[in-house]
Amino acid sequence: MPARNTVAADPKGVDSGAHFMDGDHALAEGALAAGCRFFAGYPITPSTETAERFAERCPAVGGLFIQMEDEIASATALIGGAWGGQKVMTVTSGPGFSLMMETIGLAATTETPLVIADVQRGGPSTGLPTLTAQQDMMQARWGSHGDYRIIALVPDSPQECFDLAIEAFNLSEIYRVPVFIMTDETVGHMHEKVVIPEAEEIRVVERNWYQGPKGEYRPYRFTGRDVAPMVKAGDGHRFHITGLTHDERGYPALTAEQNDKVVRHLIEKIDSNAESIIRVEEDGIEGADVVVLSYGITSRIAIRAVQEARQAGLKVGVLRLITVWPFCEKKIRELAGKVKAIVVPEINYGQMVLEVERCAAGQCKVVSVNHCGGAVHDPEVILAAIQEAAK
Amino acid sequence: MSSCAPNDAQFRIQNPMAEFLRMERMPHIWCPGCGIGSVVTSMAEAIKNGGHDMDKIAVVSGIGCTGRVAGYVKFDSFHTTHGRAIPFATGLKLANPELKVIVFSGDGDLFSIGGNHFIHAARRNMDLLVICVNNFTYGMTGGQMTPTTPTTANASTTPYGNYEYPFSLPFLADAAGATYVARWTSLNARNITDSISEALNRKGFSFIEVITPCTTLYQRRNRLGDGIDAMQYYHDDADIQHGADTRTVDIGFQGKLKTGKFVDRQKPTYLDAVNTHYANVIGDDYQLYGKTPPEKQAEEEAKRAAAAAAEQADGLEAEYIDEPAECGGDDA
Repeated sequence: MPARNTVAADPKGVDSGAHFMDGDHALAEGALAAGCRFFAGYPITPSTETAERFAERCPAVGGLFIQMEDEIASATALIGGAWGGQKVMTVTSGPGFSLMMETIGLAATTETPLVIADVQRGGPSTGLPTLTAQQDMMQARWGSHGDYRIIALVPDSPQECFDLAIEAFNLSEIYRVPVFIMTDETVGHMHEKVVIPEAEEIRVVERNWYQGPKGEYRPYRFTGRDVAPMVKAGDGHRFHITGLTHDERGYPALTAEQNDKVVRHLIEKIDSNAESIIRVEEDGIEGADVVVLSYGITSRIAIRAVQEARQAGLKVGVLRLITVWPFCEKKIRELAGKVKAIVVPEINYGQMVLEVERCAAGQCKVVSVNHCGGAVHDPEVILAAIQEAAK
Repeated sequence: MSSCAPNDAQFRIQNPMAEFLRMERMPHIWCPGCGIGSVVTSMAEAIKNGGHDMDKIAVVSGIGCTGRVAGYVKFDSFHTTHGRAIPFATGLKLANPELKVIVFSGDGDLFSIGGNHFIHAARRNMDLLVICVNNFTYGMTGGQMTPTTPTTANASTTPYGNYEYPFSLPFLADAAGATYVARWTSLNARNITDSISEALNRKGFSFIEVITPCTTLYQRRNRLGDGIDAMQYYHDDADIQHGADTRTVDIGFQGKLKTGKFVDRQKPTYLDAVNTHYANVIGDDYQLYGKTPPEKQAEEEAKRAAAAAAEQADGLEAEYIDEPAECGGDDA
């Protein structure tokens, strides 16, 4: 993927300064800073504050918030909005995320840039509307039918909600792909200091607009490395977009060969650029016997367990996933050859741990410390798992 | 599909519809006697007659036989997921308000799986033209019952006759808040064209229902003959009653058909309401939504110039300067 130029953020959307705000509000601020001016949403706990913040800020920044009739409509309006020329976002939680899944497939195959934040709550079904979880991690990856790729990021603080919202928009523009911010109720409702930089310090990736002559626009190129530039409806290109398997003109092409071309491209445009997409945070990995791999709020709970284990003389490293999809396969393969065990606490019944097991491929122990939602882990449970794994 | 395409260059060049169709995608998939093509022709005629900028027209379809319209017309066109043409069109219109957005889809798509979106777009008075080709059946999947299939009619999922009650689409649209509602049969090609012309020249949520024959499935399964028999039925049993009370226009199996323009009323569109409301409650700080960047820029420059002029005049007659209206309520 060729490097994309960035521009300074539009100051209108940037509320610079130090704030005391929760993660949900920070998501809205990040979206506005990234240049998002169209938000279609439907209320759902514990995500609603993002929509509320966006709705409140819209009139002063020249943006538009529309409360749609359901999450299906919200997600679908985003695709329309993106092809109408806007940067677009919505926010939801488990039940709404489930409703959006079909539309996410349309966004994936039409290579439409959009951002969806999932403020996760306990499931399945209506589950625990007001209580935290990390149970949609695999749904983010596999939720819509068919083969495709998406990008998913996980913030561990309100500050990172702001930062990753901008990154999510940038990645969605670079790869023309839906990007998910897989946050959770705890981070969503946690108030902390959030520093919003000056607009000129915020780097924003603009849409890659097609510059060529009218009549020759092709919405797709199936190279597996890069993506075609975009146009917006109304500019005279008379383009066509369909959810059917399509050729480079966007016209239906219903053959096995063409489907292979399209799907391979959707997958490879992410996989071949995975190394530049993936971000992780490491601490004390070198020489560690045990590595605690976690993400989101759980990584902050795990810190205490790691500190106590280190005080007790154990060599414990920390690997925090900021990008969960694409998964840091290479990193885990290397790590698994060097450590005794990887301990994976997460607020679900064991989701990302499956990826860790797959990549570790038996080279080291992989220990799942699962919790079915409704609360964060007790650090003692993680500590006990570290101690056991270090034996 | 393409293997059976006629290789007739003249057909492609000389066809009067060539300007409006993606001729490279012909032939279409529709059956002989199907009414969808007539409605597409009427739409093209209306766009041509109205002198509309074809670059500013977008067509959005859902899934099904009528859902294929978006794939054949030479506008910015979008073939979306089943039932979601209206929310897609809503996003498109709001993202780029200068577009005229036409939703072109079928009865199953718009009123079964997409029913919720229809009533809400009507309620908001979203500035969209929704054309529903109502053939009383799901054609693409093989003739199943839809929310408009008349009671007692036979469908593949009501093989002993339909025991459900259908929606009366004009009544539904009227009740939900649509500001323009008309119904025609596909025999009324000129009326359809006129209705589409009228709707394209007005703002707000416009709904046009066109009753059409599905010869392959609905007609055959119900032993109603082919396309020409359907035309005969429309000719004999359809009655133009402009302004008819929408409570009285329901359709029974092979019963009388009331057609015409039933509703035509004015109320602010969604975007008009947004802009007017915010201009009222927020005043000068409101950043008018829905202007394209050059317009926005010009507007801001004019505002700055006005402010500078006002500052100069400040000492003399500040209290006599009228605040310029923030919002013209224009979303076109």
